[in-house]
Amino acid sequence: MKRIYTLEDACIGCHLCEVGCITEHSLSKDPVKAFLHESERPISRCTVEELHGGIISLSTTCRHCDEPDCLRACISGAIQKNAEGVVRIDSEQCVGCWSCVMACPYGAIQRNLKKKKANKCDLCPDRKSPACVDACPNRALVYREGSQK
Amino acid sequence: MNYVIVGNSVAAVGAVRAIRERDQQGNITVISREKHNVYGRPLISYLLGGLINEKRMAYLPNDFYSQNRINLLLGSEVTAVDTKAKKVKLAGGDAIPYDKLLLATGGDPFIPPIEGMSDKDRIFTFTTWEDAAKLKGIAPDINRAVVIGGGLIGLKAAEGLNLLDKPVTVVELADRVLSSAFDRQAGKIVARKMMANGIDVITEDTVVRIEGDGAEISGVTLKSGDFIPCDTVVVAIGVRPAATFLKGSGIEVNRGIVVDASMQTSGRGVYAAGDVAEAADFFSGQKNPMPIWPDAYIQGDIAGAAMAGEKKEYVGGLAMNSIEFFKVSTISMGVTNPMVPAEYEIHTYQDIQNYQYRKIVLQNDRLVGAVLVGNVDRAGIFSGLIREKVDMAPFRESLLTPDFGFLNLSREIRNRLFAPQGKVEDNP
Repeated sequence: MKRIYTLEDACIGCHLCEVGCITEHSLSKDPVKAFLHESERPISRCTVEELHGGIISLSTTCRHCDEPDCLRACISGAIQKNAEGVVRIDSEQCVGCWSCVMACPYGAIQRNLKKKKANKCDLCPDRKSPACVDACPNRALVYREGSQK
Repeated sequence: MNYVIVGNSVAAVGAVRAIRERDQQGNITVISREKHNVYGRPLISYLLGGLINEKRMAYLPNDFYSQNRINLLLGSEVTAVDTKAKKVKLAGGDAIPYDKLLLATGGDPFIPPIEGMSDKDRIFTFTTWEDAAKLKGIAPDINRAVVIGGGLIGLKAAEGLNLLDKPVTVVELADRVLSSAFDRQAGKIVARKMMANGIDVITEDTVVRIEGDGAEISGVTLKSGDFIPCDTVVVAIGVRPAATFLKGSGIEVNRGIVVDASMQTSGRGVYAAGDVAEAADFFSGQKNPMPIWPDAYIQGDIAGAAMAGEKKEYVGGLAMNSIEFFKVSTISMGVTNPMVPAEYEIHTYQDIQNYQYRKIVLQNDRLVGAVLVGNVDRAGIFSGLIREKVDMAPFRESLLTPDFGFLNLSREIRNRLFAPQGKVEDNP
């Protein structure tokens, strides 16, 4: 399956992947509206880490594991893997117990505290390539056919 | 091939999926003494407290059974296993033949004999949907409840009753609540939060007598002599592997059903997984029952693969719990409360006023345990470091930083996890 991989040296720490992700998962799909006017702004499903004031940075996302630890830890069955291998979370079913947060070794599941729902990358089902990848100005994120490990 | 699975919770699901990945043809029979399709067992406290409705109890869509062509026998109790004839016997007298058998019966609540309990109506346990439904059913009539046991099950039952505005007292024999899953400090924070929400927590004491006339409860008397008035008692002292039906089967049962690294029991073609199994511990390799939800799935997966002919190796159970009490998140994993602290390197950070606590436990430069209260974001990074036995010597200074992440680790680790090299066919 196609997965998102990170080229650390190319990351400039601009956080545009996060902006792209938030916008894609907003109601309006418009960054200005999403950030300024929507009452429930989504939280990003990719996480940019920075160290030493941004000299080193890295965008991390879900690996859509072959044997997902999040799925195995989920107590409500909200996390499932579809036939294409994409690991998605059903927000309706999620109870916000954070078992997936405890289990994911990639730190790739976020807590939406306002909604009390876990949040994770869905590989943007409505797009040809994920919004974070398209938003990266330096091609630090690549979307390629490849393995998890 | 006849696959028979006794039990219908998460270990059974892991096994069914693992079997069907490898064998589309074989017959799978799932037998459960419960009446429900697979449900999120830990959700029973959410159901009791009214946080979710019955519809959301379902762990999987109902078509899971038809999609996987499972012959499902609900409300059926297995009373014996005949390993010679390769049959399981049901309470009604029927016998079901198997080629490969998985025992995934989970745990039974442990109920110690307490004086005065035998003829009382309102004594409950809290491990099944039915338990929660019964308790919820009589909730309008509950004026005051006592929960015996301050472990995860007891505290969740207490929280559920509290959410229904029922006054609750928790009585715990140890000197603190959550003594098995959490360390002293985390237990203290949780107890403080419970008390702030109106739940009484009594420690270092236990119920010696249940008082009342006939079937009605008027209160409980504690070892200390104190009397607590109540009309309902929830017994939540612990669970025991549900393996009594194996008596005389020849299958080795210690505290749980003893299994090897492929989840096979001492009986040929007989496997066990989940809370009923006694499998190796991740650190010591010693066999212990470990009633942990994610572990049950993993064991079910390994057992299912083995039953369908593929050997996968169990790396050992790693205890982990993620539980919220009154909106305070808590996650614990691995060794959280070492018996001999001198053999470990322990780092802690705390801000008790704000319900924040973080504890990291290292042994020989390897991360072996963590406790997080409050901010639990990305806690799984720690579970990955424990499982991978990463040498933490170069990174130990950063372990307690609130935004600890992969940049605090080595470039090599980051590349292994996230870079395309070695994972995509031709590197971009």
